[in-house]
Amino acid sequence: MQFSYSDEQAMLLESALRLGAQHFPPGERHRLIREGRSGEEAAWAAMAELGWLLLPIPEDCGGLGGGIADLMALGEGFGRNLVPGPYVASCVLASALLAHGGEALHPLIAQLGAGTAIAAAALLEPDAGYDLHHIATTATPAGDGWLLTGTKCHVEDGGDADWFIVPARTGGTGVRDPEGIALFLLAADTPGLAVERFRAIDGHRHARLTMNGAAARQFGPQGGALPLIEAAVARALCMQLAEAVGSMEAVSDITLEYLRTREQFGRPIGSFQVLQHRMVDMRIACEEARAMLCHIAIASADGEAAFQRAIAAAKVRIGECGTFVGQQAVQLHGGVGFSDELIVSHHLKRQMMLAIAFGSIDHHRARFAA
Amino acid sequence: MHFTLDPADIAFREEVRDFFATGIPPEWRTRVRAGLRLNPDELTAYQKRLAARGWGAPTWPKEYGGTGWSPIQQYIFWSEAAAADAPAQFHQGLELIGPIIFTYGSPEQKAHYLPRIISADDWWCQGYSEPNAGSDLASLRTRAVRDGDHYVLNGQKAWTSYGHVASHCFVLARTSDEAKRQQGISLLLVDMKTPGITIRPVATMDEKHHTNEMFLDNVRVPVTALVGEEGRGWEYGKVLLDRERMVTASVAVFLTQTIRAIREAATRRTIGGVPLIDKPGFRAKLAQYEIEVIALQTMVLRVMADASAGIDSGPLGSMIKLRWSQLSQAGTALWVGALGPEAAHFAPVDQGASLPADMPYAMQGALYARVTSIYGGSSEIQHNIIAQRALGLKG
Repeated sequence: MQFSYSDEQAMLLESALRLGAQHFPPGERHRLIREGRSGEEAAWAAMAELGWLLLPIPEDCGGLGGGIADLMALGEGFGRNLVPGPYVASCVLASALLAHGGEALHPLIAQLGAGTAIAAAALLEPDAGYDLHHIATTATPAGDGWLLTGTKCHVEDGGDADWFIVPARTGGTGVRDPEGIALFLLAADTPGLAVERFRAIDGHRHARLTMNGAAARQFGPQGGALPLIEAAVARALCMQLAEAVGSMEAVSDITLEYLRTREQFGRPIGSFQVLQHRMVDMRIACEEARAMLCHIAIASADGEAAFQRAIAAAKVRIGECGTFVGQQAVQLHGGVGFSDELIVSHHLKRQMMLAIAFGSIDHHRARFAA
Repeated sequence: MHFTLDPADIAFREEVRDFFATGIPPEWRTRVRAGLRLNPDELTAYQKRLAARGWGAPTWPKEYGGTGWSPIQQYIFWSEAAAADAPAQFHQGLELIGPIIFTYGSPEQKAHYLPRIISADDWWCQGYSEPNAGSDLASLRTRAVRDGDHYVLNGQKAWTSYGHVASHCFVLARTSDEAKRQQGISLLLVDMKTPGITIRPVATMDEKHHTNEMFLDNVRVPVTALVGEEGRGWEYGKVLLDRERMVTASVAVFLTQTIRAIREAATRRTIGGVPLIDKPGFRAKLAQYEIEVIALQTMVLRVMADASAGIDSGPLGSMIKLRWSQLSQAGTALWVGALGPEAAHFAPVDQGASLPADMPYAMQGALYARVTSIYGGSSEIQHNIIAQRALGLKG
């Protein structure tokens, strides 16, 4: 049993740190993410060149077949420098779903792996909360394809997607029946599909989809897609949770350095006990969060149910720890912590968004308790 | 990262599981789950059973009669003990003075004391704190004055837990006055039958007699009672305090017992015909607690895995002590809450009045839990230690 990354994973993390520092230096980050996709293109091209976009893709689909610890190492590296972009959405989540579509979808997966196309999974509906099985969107057979009608209220990192993967109902006894869900693929410019895009406070770009008889192609098992969706989301969360841990450790390091160097009342503010103790609480939160990543990795050997339960537990605790650390980092920096200029506030905003991505703390606590 | 147990560890786990499948009396269960120590005779019997199996000292090296287990094996052992509602072993001899003796003691001290700790023939208590030396231990005033082949001890010790049952006490006393307060302190091994020792019980808020004050009045101990060198007791004591924090790594594994207690109590109790465990509000609270316990236990596992790999875990020991005390308090509070209005029934007044299930131990455990964030270096001291030693923040 060993809790540190393998040499290869440690190297991957190091490379991710270098890439983040090079492409998103704190002073430039805000300008770049305001540019939208064009501000991220250079980093994306670099990732493609390094082969990272292929890392999560299964080997039989032409990818590198990275495991969850590989994804965690890369995610942690991204998190430390708050690397934006649809990596998790497109390379991890979408590719995991598309891998169930057989050889016909291999060309699209190859495009995701080369960075020439972006895909996103449209999983959440109005009235669904964060429940993946709540699907009111309908799929109606039409010729040799299908027509989709319904609304997906939030598509995580779907703002730049060329393709959407949409679960829709082909059967079952009602909108909340876990059975009767199938996966569909449609291009962003499909007639009958309206895409509204949004910028989030952390620079990520999301979408809302409204489908009114939009033509789509079905793939994967017809009717039994829910477990595939759940497994793909769990895999995506492994990387996102590692990103949260990387971010909170980075902002905690920055805060510690500030406590050592910032002087008020004629001495470093880190000499004040109340601030020392708060800093310690931030460090403990980071350790707890890292422990939850390890817990996921341990549980992944014990079957899908244990793995899903571990993911839910980790979403709760890492979400809590991450927002705590981000909030305290802003607090301990004082006024400049609240400013846009320092990276500190960017970390808090990312932590707030990570805490609700693919299910809020309350949602996952209820899943764990179920 | 590599998180699966080796086949040898899996086989070891089966062996330990077999051992704990029998021999744990059901009447221990509620007290163990409440984080309360069993009675001394029960703990002695448990220790003797472990010793007979060769498992009396799980954390000691083989050459001193220990098991020589790897930290991961120790973790497995504690996990299986916790799952079987077995108690944590009494730690003051095994984890506090034993390691000091095998590290700094004389050959005679090792040969005499170590086997008797493992066999539970001796029971050790700790003579450290004083009325004016709590968190600020270096201000201790008990004196040991050399008189021929003896030291003569005078002073007063506080919070001498289990001093009323102990056969021996390890005492920090001042043997000289030096410019630096931490110098001139010596560590002595004292037989509790020595004339001049008086033990008085201290009543505590949990209504359980576990601690005392100890008066040392011209207590003459032979010079052979000195551990290591005169005046270096503080160094030895500091090693000991570090180890005390690691002891909490083991007890943290036992928090799963409290989770079982909470779940059973909440399953038993109904409100309007609905078991408390099925109420979403309660379920969410219990889930939150379980998740925080998972985080802590994984931190413990990491400390043990790091130790196995020879990696220094830095401040994780202090962090675990801090979080463990918080969670032992939160868990017992949740348990008491699950008992509902009858949590107010702590002790029968009328003969034959029957207490609700889990009482009085659930409440006693909740009360006792208040001291877990005070002893062994209070939570505030742990914060200071982490801030200063690990983060380099100076006062």
